[in-house]
Amino acid sequence: MAALTPASTARAVAPVKTARRPRYWRGAVLTVAGLYFLTPLISSFVFTVQVPNQGLTFAAYSGILSADGFTESLFLSLSLAAATIVLALLLVVPALVAVRLGPPRLRAVVEIVCMLPLVVPPIALVTGIATVLRWGPDHFSRTPLYQTFLAVQNESFPVVLVLAYTVLALPFVHRSLDAGLRAVDVPTLVEAARNCGAGRLYVILRVILPNLRSSLAGASFLTLALVLGEYTVASLLGFRPFAVWIVSVSGAEARMSVAVSLLSLLITWALLLVLSRAGTGSAAAVPAAAPTPVPGKE
Amino acid sequence: MSALPTAARRPEPSWPASPAEGRDATGARVEFRSLRRAFGPTVALDGLDLTAEPGELLALLGPSGCGKTTALRVLAGFEQPDSGEVLVDGEDITRIPANRRDAGMVFQSYSLFPHLNARDNVAFGLRVRKVAAAERHAAAADLLDLVGLPDHGGRFPHQMSGGQQQRVALARALALRPRVLLLDEPLSALDAKVRLTLREEIRRLQLSLGITTIFVTHDQEEALSMADRVAVLNAGRLEQCAPPAELYERPATAFVAEFVGTMNRLPGRLTGTGSVEVAGSTLPVDGEAPTGGGPVDVLIRPEGVRAEADPDGTATVVSASFLGSVTRVLLDLRGGVAVKADLPSRDAADLLPGVRARVTPVPRPVFVVPAAPAREPSAGKAEA
Repeated sequence: MAALTPASTARAVAPVKTARRPRYWRGAVLTVAGLYFLTPLISSFVFTVQVPNQGLTFAAYSGILSADGFTESLFLSLSLAAATIVLALLLVVPALVAVRLGPPRLRAVVEIVCMLPLVVPPIALVTGIATVLRWGPDHFSRTPLYQTFLAVQNESFPVVLVLAYTVLALPFVHRSLDAGLRAVDVPTLVEAARNCGAGRLYVILRVILPNLRSSLAGASFLTLALVLGEYTVASLLGFRPFAVWIVSVSGAEARMSVAVSLLSLLITWALLLVLSRAGTGSAAAVPAAAPTPVPGKE
Repeated sequence: MSALPTAARRPEPSWPASPAEGRDATGARVEFRSLRRAFGPTVALDGLDLTAEPGELLALLGPSGCGKTTALRVLAGFEQPDSGEVLVDGEDITRIPANRRDAGMVFQSYSLFPHLNARDNVAFGLRVRKVAAAERHAAAADLLDLVGLPDHGGRFPHQMSGGQQQRVALARALALRPRVLLLDEPLSALDAKVRLTLREEIRRLQLSLGITTIFVTHDQEEALSMADRVAVLNAGRLEQCAPPAELYERPATAFVAEFVGTMNRLPGRLTGTGSVEVAGSTLPVDGEAPTGGGPVDVLIRPEGVRAEADPDGTATVVSASFLGSVTRVLLDLRGGVAVKADLPSRDAADLLPGVRARVTPVPRPVFVVPAAPAREPSAGKAEA
């Protein structure tokens, strides 16, 4: 018995040793990843608060709110993001629900259409839009469309940016919603709701959408992040949302532009938290793909 | 799992008004008239004519692809027939949208709304009809009580077993007091024990409410044990609609004879006088006998076969399964033909594996079908 004890102890210890090794690796990987992401952020923060000959100062942050154009550009970007989210969801949700209920071959068509913006560079998109915006007023000057061309380019709320951003956001919105819909038996739920007397709109609003909360939140966040950070289209079309404003102030106020970038990152994270809370919700928000119940678990 | 209360123990449930309230408690009469529905080249319903009488439980039974689910979906409004009509109490509902059909349906895959708890699932239809919250919650509680889940109102679908989910689905289907209850293989996803209990409870509930119920299943035991009448469908057409006993005892067609219950298929020869020779006996042919002579296959149920130990017999006992009062004996006839015989257990005591036996059909009318073209060595099959 005594002879067995050391051996059994060794056997008991050995697995613990092998179990600890991956934890070191895990820690190393996390450290490297953390350094990779945090080093630029910390460096940026130090750059904004450490001024040569002045020491530690938060002047770059305190001056943001009073900076010329900050509030307007941020509000414009958030408004554009809200409008883009609404438009993209209004387009994609009914389309994806329809292809779930309709012929399967339509699913591939919708997927290809939604993924196309990924292979079209934004510069090509904006060149096309700019051409149309220049060409349109000349050819429609005597029609009501002329006013439409002017209205979509209104500087206070450029609808043309919403339309362009909706196109750019389509792949992300489609992917997010498609993943959510795959986890839901849409045809059966629709039929069950119809059988209970619900009309089609009621079914989408009260049955399908509540089961897509996580996907909707994901799609909304991706769209929000895209719009807040989009520069190419807005800049080339001559509008001045947040990203364009940051670049424009960076020449004269380098510290402030970095401080604004950091703040915009924090704002984006805060919005992500809000959206993810909205996506998971209360206890009522169950996983869309609920685990298959165990038969007979009475 | 508590049993559902019977009508005698429980008064009429008090869930709120719907268009069905005040209707005759014996249920509605449902008629399919010459229904045809094709999906491309596949014909799912080929001129189906069928009637469900008020208050009865009618089972639609048949092999996969026979059109039974399509018929139910046409009745629910989820499919439009290419031609034909669906009538409920004489009213043509063929073109009425699914959400105005007044037919409660229970689906095979539970189909509860994952984001709603059991109470809200049951009350969903009432909410659609804008019934006041207090009233619909009371109704939902009443219905959950009716299906034996009084304490499960706050549970979400993923927190319930399959059987419990189907009970909630049943309560939801009944919430609007529909004229017709449609059950689309509601038990097929459940395990055997729960299936057995739930089918008894569905039947008890259906009888207590007197609601006309159409029940689709591919499980003939389920159909025969639950239904007032069973409609056997084949290739989109009705083969026979009859009470279970009649379906089993007096099948109208060879398809029904072979599909319902266990059937032996033995080689025989028509004598040309409305009778057939099989296993050394001459038996009358049921229905219209084929003209002329020649080889045919004869359909005989296991209880229509007698077997006794006999050293000079032509059959050999392969196995004997004790089933209580009856023992099912599998015998190998000469020529590699297998036959099943259900015998009183006391008469089967001598029929042990390897024993020679004499097989004789009970002298009563039998069905004949064209002989199988190429019979395998053991192709004389006893189909379950």
